[in-house]
Amino acid sequence: MEMIQITGLGIITAVLILILREQKPAFAFLLTLTAGVFILLFLADKIAAVLNLLQQLAAQTSINQVFLKTVLQIIGIAYIAEFGAQIVRDAGQESIASKIELAGKILIMFMAIPIITVIIETVMSLLPA
Amino acid sequence: MTVDINAIFQIAGIGIIIAMIHTILKQMGKEDMAHWVTLIGFIIVLFMVIRLLDDLINEIKNIFLF
Repeated sequence: MEMIQITGLGIITAVLILILREQKPAFAFLLTLTAGVFILLFLADKIAAVLNLLQQLAAQTSINQVFLKTVLQIIGIAYIAEFGAQIVRDAGQESIASKIELAGKILIMFMAIPIITVIIETVMSLLPA
Repeated sequence: MTVDINAIFQIAGIGIIIAMIHTILKQMGKEDMAHWVTLIGFIIVLFMVIRLLDDLINEIKNIFLF
């Protein structure tokens, strides 16, 4: 029944934030951040289970482990960038949030360089010279 | 991972109490004291939040094979 717990946590936090925002907006922002951290910590176990399954499947199919590691790291970067950007956007800094998202995209591209290289080499080797 | 939900209520409680103290001190005419109280309360809460954020980031690092 984690779903009910998370929903309750979200609603209670939203009410507390509504109360606090008029008096101290900074505290309300920290409360938002805490709620986000808690919900992600709730989900950490489940994500770990899914990723373990993925790793087991990849180990059975003898895929190069480096590729799986890169893909998982890219997923992690996407999650972290999304989380950070939304928190900063909640604080009203739209431009910084956009930069965080941009940084996430560029880092993902950077981490995908080995995979892209392998794809291009494969295609080049398939083409008749 | 078991998390301690009490932190949310602690942060909200600290915020409400700090707001109360701020109002009282302001009405007593001690503006500067009121601002210091706000600042110190904010720093305490900031420490709690940063510790939680550290937990989350370590967890993400473990899960996503960084």
